Amino acid sequence: MSAFIEVRNVWQEYGDQVVLERLNLSINEGEFCTLVGASGCGKSTFLRLLLGQERASRGEILLAGEPLAGEPDSSRGVVFQRYSVFPHLSVLDNVAIGLELPRSKLLGRLFGAAKREAREQAAVILHKVGLGHALDKYPSALSGGMQQRLAIAQALTMQPRVLLLDEPFGALDPGIRKDMHALLLELWHETKLTVFMVTHDLSEGFSLGTRLLVFDKTRLDPHAPNAFGARITYDIPLNSDRRAQRAAVEGLPAHIAGKLQPAL
Amino acid sequence: MRLINRHPQRGGRLLLMLLPFVLLLLVYFSASSARLADNANDKLLPSANQMVAAIDRLAFTEDKRSGHYLFWQDSAASLKRLAMGIGIAAIAGLCLGIAAGIIPLFGAPLSPLLTVLSMVPPLAILPILFIVFGLGELSKVMLIVIGITPILARDLEQRAREIPQEILIKAQTLGASTWTLILRVVLPQLLPRLLIALRLVLGSAWLFLIAAEAIASTDGLGYRIFLVRRYMAMDVILPYVVWITLLAWLMDLGLRQTARLCFPWYEGAKS
Repeated sequence: MSAFIEVRNVWQEYGDQVVLERLNLSINEGEFCTLVGASGCGKSTFLRLLLGQERASRGEILLAGEPLAGEPDSSRGVVFQRYSVFPHLSVLDNVAIGLELPRSKLLGRLFGAAKREAREQAAVILHKVGLGHALDKYPSALSGGMQQRLAIAQALTMQPRVLLLDEPFGALDPGIRKDMHALLLELWHETKLTVFMVTHDLSEGFSLGTRLLVFDKTRLDPHAPNAFGARITYDIPLNSDRRAQRAAVEGLPAHIAGKLQPAL
Repeated sequence: MRLINRHPQRGGRLLLMLLPFVLLLLVYFSASSARLADNANDKLLPSANQMVAAIDRLAFTEDKRSGHYLFWQDSAASLKRLAMGIGIAAIAGLCLGIAAGIIPLFGAPLSPLLTVLSMVPPLAILPILFIVFGLGELSKVMLIVIGITPILARDLEQRAREIPQEILIKAQTLGASTWTLILRVVLPQLLPRLLIALRLVLGSAWLFLIAAEAIASTDGLGYRIFLVRRYMAMDVILPYVVWITLLAWLMDLGLRQTARLCFPWYEGAKS
């Protein structure tokens, strides 16, 4: 069986500037990859490639054996550091819109019973991430941590197979960050989600991931600092207990495993 | 204490707000009474009584020739033209702005075109409008539309570009198509900006309306002002100008309140 995500000889260049070079990577479904490295070394670029926001200059990325779609779609959820939620919608509608958009191609909104149902479904998810008390508020009335909870809830509504996180907790204070780690791990345990998370916080990278990918430039020409791109210099398996637990759950027959994973 | 750190008190603020208006009125009426004392037939600075009489004649007495109340007829005609012009311009500006600001393939040809078109002085093409659309209502409405649409479109294009890329990508990961993305994410975020842009172009819209009415019309506030100018009827012109100012101010207030009521999430609506 081939890997869930296969990165084959991927290069990313902007004009003369090489950002990523010769990336080769295979990732199994359900892994929690944390991406660390110095600023500007291409972690976020790699995430944008996975998201489909940019196309690789060379090489290809396969998702479940198929070439990755060249634009963002509902198979990959995303949470950015900022601007991840819609300021003009209430907390409830921010999540409900994810249920409305795919079902109403013409107007992008549902009416009557269908709308009530979508909102109820959204409320369940929001209660789960701890936003049950703030359904009617606008995002501007929420704290940074609450906004990121909302963004995660939004992304999970679509039940994506891949969740991409671009420094999602970078702007939060340490206490809130800890709560968010717990929430994220809990959600990861309950779904078969494959997570990629860019972070500047090394300890966060080590404690959350089942696999730590370090981006760095292996070659450097001081006269042409842009001539060589970053590669993955370390690929460290982590938290083997969680890995094993997940593998064990996946080894169970489907009808039992399905019961173990509470529906989100 | 430095001047920059001194703030007016609550009562003082109201006083300071009224002061310039009171001063203006004081200067006007003292000058007016001085001139009228010299020459009772002076027409340049009419007294309050003369202006009230003129308004009474135009607004509350039937016109002998046509049987209409001219003041209200003028107001209705002008407001209708203004509303149509601003309404059409708002819709056109919104569509053009979104197309140019959000869809790169439309923005490439539209953006430079809008930039160039907004440089055409609308009054310079007024004669063309009269030739093409005739001397009826259409050419007056078109002058307003042509005058303010490029400004609105360019402003909204800019605002559409300011919507963070993250928001647009997030919507796509939630399953939005280009159309539903515009409908559910871009349009609602631009509507309050449209109201603010409308407040800013309101002055221009009135300018174009008065200009069109002054040149070819048979009713309207601008028409009346330019008509009675021949008799130097300042007792009519001044109340009309005050009335136009009041109407414009009320529209501005209305747009601001609408923005505040309909878009409570929008920060800029509070100022």
